[in-house]
Amino acid sequence: MTEGQGPDGGWEDKGYSEWFARVSGVGSSLKQAILVPALALLTALIIGGFIIAVTDLDILKVWGQDPIEAFRLTIAAVLDAYKALIVGSIGSPRAISETLFAATPLIFAGLAVAIGFQAGLFNIGVNGQMHIGGLAALWVGFTFSLPAIVHIPLVIVGALLGGAIWGGIAGLLKARTGAHEVITTIMLNFIALFLVDFLLKSSFFQQEGRNDPISKAANLSARFPTLVGDFRVNIGFLLALVAVAFIWWLMYRSTIGFEFRAVGFNPDAGKYAGMSVAWIYVAVMGISGALAGIGGANQVVGLEPYRGISNFAGNIGFDAIALALLGRSHPVGVLFAGLLFGGLRAGGREMQGAAGIPIDLVLVLQALIIVLIAAPELVRAIYRLKTPEEETTTTVTSGGWG
Amino acid sequence: MTTDSEAPQLTIKRRSTPEERRATAVGIVLIVLAVFTFWVFGLGSESGSQAEFKLSLPGARFEDLAWVVNAQWLAFIVSGVLAFLGGLTLRRSHLEWTNIALAIGLGLLALAFLTWAAAGGSFSLVGMLRSTVLLSVPVTLGAMTGLMCERVAVINIAIEGQLLTAAFVGTIVGSAWGIWAGLVGALLTGALLGAVLAVLAIKYRVDQIIAGVVINIFALGLTSFLARRVLTEAQDLNSPGKFSSFKIPFLGDIPVIGPMFFDHNLFVYGTFILVIILHFGFFYTRWGLRSRSVGEHPEAADTVGINVYRTRYRNVILGGFIAGFGGAFFTLAQVSRFEENLTAGIGFIGLAAMIFGRWMPLGVFGAGLVFGFARALQQKLGILGTPIPSEFLSMTPYIVTLIVVAGVVGKARPPAADGQPYIKD
Repeated sequence: MTEGQGPDGGWEDKGYSEWFARVSGVGSSLKQAILVPALALLTALIIGGFIIAVTDLDILKVWGQDPIEAFRLTIAAVLDAYKALIVGSIGSPRAISETLFAATPLIFAGLAVAIGFQAGLFNIGVNGQMHIGGLAALWVGFTFSLPAIVHIPLVIVGALLGGAIWGGIAGLLKARTGAHEVITTIMLNFIALFLVDFLLKSSFFQQEGRNDPISKAANLSARFPTLVGDFRVNIGFLLALVAVAFIWWLMYRSTIGFEFRAVGFNPDAGKYAGMSVAWIYVAVMGISGALAGIGGANQVVGLEPYRGISNFAGNIGFDAIALALLGRSHPVGVLFAGLLFGGLRAGGREMQGAAGIPIDLVLVLQALIIVLIAAPELVRAIYRLKTPEEETTTTVTSGGWG
Repeated sequence: MTTDSEAPQLTIKRRSTPEERRATAVGIVLIVLAVFTFWVFGLGSESGSQAEFKLSLPGARFEDLAWVVNAQWLAFIVSGVLAFLGGLTLRRSHLEWTNIALAIGLGLLALAFLTWAAAGGSFSLVGMLRSTVLLSVPVTLGAMTGLMCERVAVINIAIEGQLLTAAFVGTIVGSAWGIWAGLVGALLTGALLGAVLAVLAIKYRVDQIIAGVVINIFALGLTSFLARRVLTEAQDLNSPGKFSSFKIPFLGDIPVIGPMFFDHNLFVYGTFILVIILHFGFFYTRWGLRSRSVGEHPEAADTVGINVYRTRYRNVILGGFIAGFGGAFFTLAQVSRFEENLTAGIGFIGLAAMIFGRWMPLGVFGAGLVFGFARALQQKLGILGTPIPSEFLSMTPYIVTLIVVAGVVGKARPPAADGQPYIKD
């Protein structure tokens, strides 16, 4: 129903361009691109330490009796927690493997969100696209019996298609009807979640003799082989590196990427320059979904038990938003941010095991990091930094529900 | 709206308007549903099998009210009515009736479906309608939160986080100092998160969608962290008790309507009152006019002396109180215990209900009831044991929303300035 509604109908997207130029760091200087995220991380860790301190019930009891001892214990508890975080992420070869392993799907998902940002689209639907892509990969994985050299690429193609279709639906809805991608992708996430549950319980996917939603296992030839011995890091990580390089080439060296960025910067200008904005929305959401789909495939053919289970993509699709913001929507930035978040994941598990701090703290840290990056004025106010000249303009345009 | 027949013989064929094409689409959908009903619910039922709908709860004043109906005949009748409505809509002569025909059609379809599912047994219809109202409450309250914010052009997708955190604080404060204190704690928590959203969106001009996402992640992380770290050790902080139901005299004894609307807890009545207050407030008071003007055209509102920033802060924070009330429903009325990610996406359904209800308090209430019905149906169908997988029913609210935002049920128009920060010159 696009006819009869002017551009002021409220559902026409006005683009995120200027806000992204300022906040997602697209086109900002390298120093600016590193300084704010680094300070945001530091601040988040300090606040996280404070949260650890005030939730330790045993130490809280000591405060009344012996404040100095309590203070010492508090500092020790926080240091213990962060020591476990570091040991668990980079303390040993196995820890590094765990970090890379955890980073793999995060990098794919982060790239998916980042290219959306670059084109002025906010893809919250990475979670759903991972589920559908993963499911397609799984189907290819257990249905066919092929040599690994053919089977694994086929699994990846399945994931690409599955994710691209699910992302493309949101792109198509936006292009055809102007429905805002935020609302459609949130809805598609839930639909995917229930669809996965339903399919995993259908005889088509379900493991024989089971009643719960669990699929057959992917064939040996379809599983991502590990890189080093019994460490869990697998070729998925190499694929992520390839994806980073490819997206860098696509966005900064190809005509299509230029069009994507041009539309992201100003959809109207793109339209007047002869670009098909509608087609670009579909293409960006499709590519974004395809990247997410491979990330989803990694969650079924890249780790034990090589089966689909309920909600197998977990929270990765939402972590990816934080990750893309932290990486300033640049593929290389996303790679480093992915490694950082992978480290937080791997270290968070160690922190939970060794220091008894629930891994959910990692979510809190992530939220703090995004809010500090999204509101750079906050970081500047805390550290009394000067506002760079390029950012003195204060215009923001987030286009409503489109 | 003039029709073709009134125009003289013209060689140029008039292009049909979107409303007319929509009427055609709805008409076709209704005819398809008529065929479907005839085929699946009509021919699919055993002839002569009857469905018994219980219309009273055990122990009610008018006990043993029931409606027994022949499943097959009902399906045939519904099919006929659907076909009639479809044909009428296809004529495109009364376009304003399109949505009403669709609503009546879908309501009848639900009835035929229930009869088909309950055929050969009995089904507590009034029980289901009662839980429809009950389950609609958190959805409606979430949607009202969104409504309060979006009417002043602040997008709030942090509703989920507000509900979750309020539920958490409600549990802890309620366990420590009693349920009324818990309710106050939850209200303040919702308002506090509303204030955070307001500061980020209005003062720091953070993209409002990202601000909302951040609050959601933060809420999920912090409540899960605290639940695991504190509530597992201090179990006594996780049993706040419940607000119990109380029947309203006379009204509560009316058959069907009574148990449905007038035998509930504080939160349900609170929601009814809130809907009325907000409807009246937004459309019949100075506050409402000012709020709406800030949402539609902040520059104009500013020119006539309305303080845009203050209006936005006030409404977003007031919306936060509503979210706090909704959050308290989970732990102080529904389950009386906090678990990780207890709200499980209800805040997002609330967002959907807000759009479905077209940013109108009464519409939002209706949308909340529709989503509540879908959730109640999903619960009760497990008991009836139909071949329809529960996942598809769970999906329904989201698919409906997708259809609504795609404009199939007509264009839903948000406040014109929605999502845009206001910069005073």
